[in-house]
Amino acid sequence: MALEKPYRDIPGTIIFDADQSRKGYWLNQFCMSLMKAENRERFKADERAYLDEWPMTEEQKQAVLARDLNWCMRTGGNIYFLAKIGATDGKSFQQMAGSMTGMTEEEYRDMMIRGGRSIEGNRYIGEDGDAQEHRQPQGAAGKNKGA
Amino acid sequence: MARITASVYTSHVPAIGAAIDMKKTGEAYWQPLFAGYEPSKQWMKENTPDVIFLVYNDHATAFSLDFIPTFAIGCAAEFMPADEGWGPRPVPKVIGHPELAAHIAQSVIQDDFDLTIVNKMDVDHGLTVPLSLLCGEPQQGEAERGGAPSWPCPVIPFAVNVVQYPVPSGRRCFQLGQAIRRAVESYDQDLKVQIWGTGGMSHQLQGARAGLINREWDNAFLDRLIADPAELSQVPHIDYGDAG
Repeated sequence: MALEKPYRDIPGTIIFDADQSRKGYWLNQFCMSLMKAENRERFKADERAYLDEWPMTEEQKQAVLARDLNWCMRTGGNIYFLAKIGATDGKSFQQMAGSMTGMTEEEYRDMMIRGGRSIEGNRYIGEDGDAQEHRQPQGAAGKNKGA
Repeated sequence: MARITASVYTSHVPAIGAAIDMKKTGEAYWQPLFAGYEPSKQWMKENTPDVIFLVYNDHATAFSLDFIPTFAIGCAAEFMPADEGWGPRPVPKVIGHPELAAHIAQSVIQDDFDLTIVNKMDVDHGLTVPLSLLCGEPQQGEAERGGAPSWPCPVIPFAVNVVQYPVPSGRRCFQLGQAIRRAVESYDQDLKVQIWGTGGMSHQLQGARAGLINREWDNAFLDRLIADPAELSQVPHIDYGDAG
C-alpha cells in the first residue's frame, strides 16, 4: 500500500515525508556538511566544484546555485537542512522565508509584524488566499523577478 | 525523592538567540519581546531547579537523514552548542545529568516507550535559546567563582522529531509526559526538576504559505493545554497541518 497522504490539499506547502526524504537524501546531506566551517569555505570558494562532490541530481545542484528554496524543496530539500545554505550566506531565517514567498524582505517583515499571514483562504487548495497557486508570485520581489 | 516543581514553555526562534548574541536586545524591533521575558527571568532566578528536563526539537543538527529518532534522550555528561551554519552560539556548554537521565530512560523504556539513548550530541538553538531567554546571559561573576561561565543548573535534553513526517501524535506525547513524570518521581535523590517545553505555535517556515500564523487557533490550543490536555491530545496531525 502506498503512503497515505492526507496532507496533499494544503496550498503552498510540501510536507517532508518518506518519499521526499528519499528524493532529497543527498541534497540534504550536502546541506548538513555546511555545519563545518572548512566545508563552508570550500563551498564559497567554488560552489559548483563542491556540489559536484555530492551525488545530487543536476536539477538539485541548479536549484542550490539559484538559491531557489522552493525549487530545492520540490527536489526533496527539507527547510531545516536548507536553512544551513542561508546561514552560510549570512541570511536570517526571515530573509529565507521571505524569499520563498516572492515578497521583499521588508514586505515579509511587515506582514509578520502585522501578525503574520492569515489562514483565511489558505487552508485548502482551491481557495483564494494569498498562498494559493494562482496568486503567485506575491509581492514586489516576485513581480520584479519576472520582469 | 525527586519532584517536578514547575513546567515552563517558550519559543526558541533562532533570530532571538542571534539578537542576544549580537547585543541587539535593546533595539526597538526586539525590545517588546525581551521586555516580555523579564518577569519569567526574575521568576527563574527565584526558582532555580536542580535539573531542567528540556523537551525540544532538533533542527537537523544532531540528527541528519541517516537517523531520525522519534524521541531521543541525552544521557551525556555535557553537550556542546552546535554549529548550525553560522558558527556555534557563544554560550556555555550544557552540563547534563547522566544519572537522572539514565534513570528516566530506564523507567520510560520499561514503561513501553521506545526512546533513543544519545551519549554524544551537540545541541542547537532549539535548546540553547530557551536557556538564554529564561536564564539570561551567563554572568562574569559566575566565571569568577568557578572558571568559565555556566548555565544555572544541569539540563537533560529530550528531542522530539519534527523533521520528517510522521511525527508522534499528541496522544503519544501526552502519554510519554505522564511516563516521564512517573520516572522523575521514582528517582531516589531529593531533586527539584523543572520540565521545559519549546517549539512553535502555529507558524509556517516554508513555501508560498510561509509566515502563516493562526492566532485564534494558538490561543484556543494554549487554553485547552491547561484546561483539558487529555482531550487536546486527541487533535489529529492534519489539523496542525492545515490550520495550525
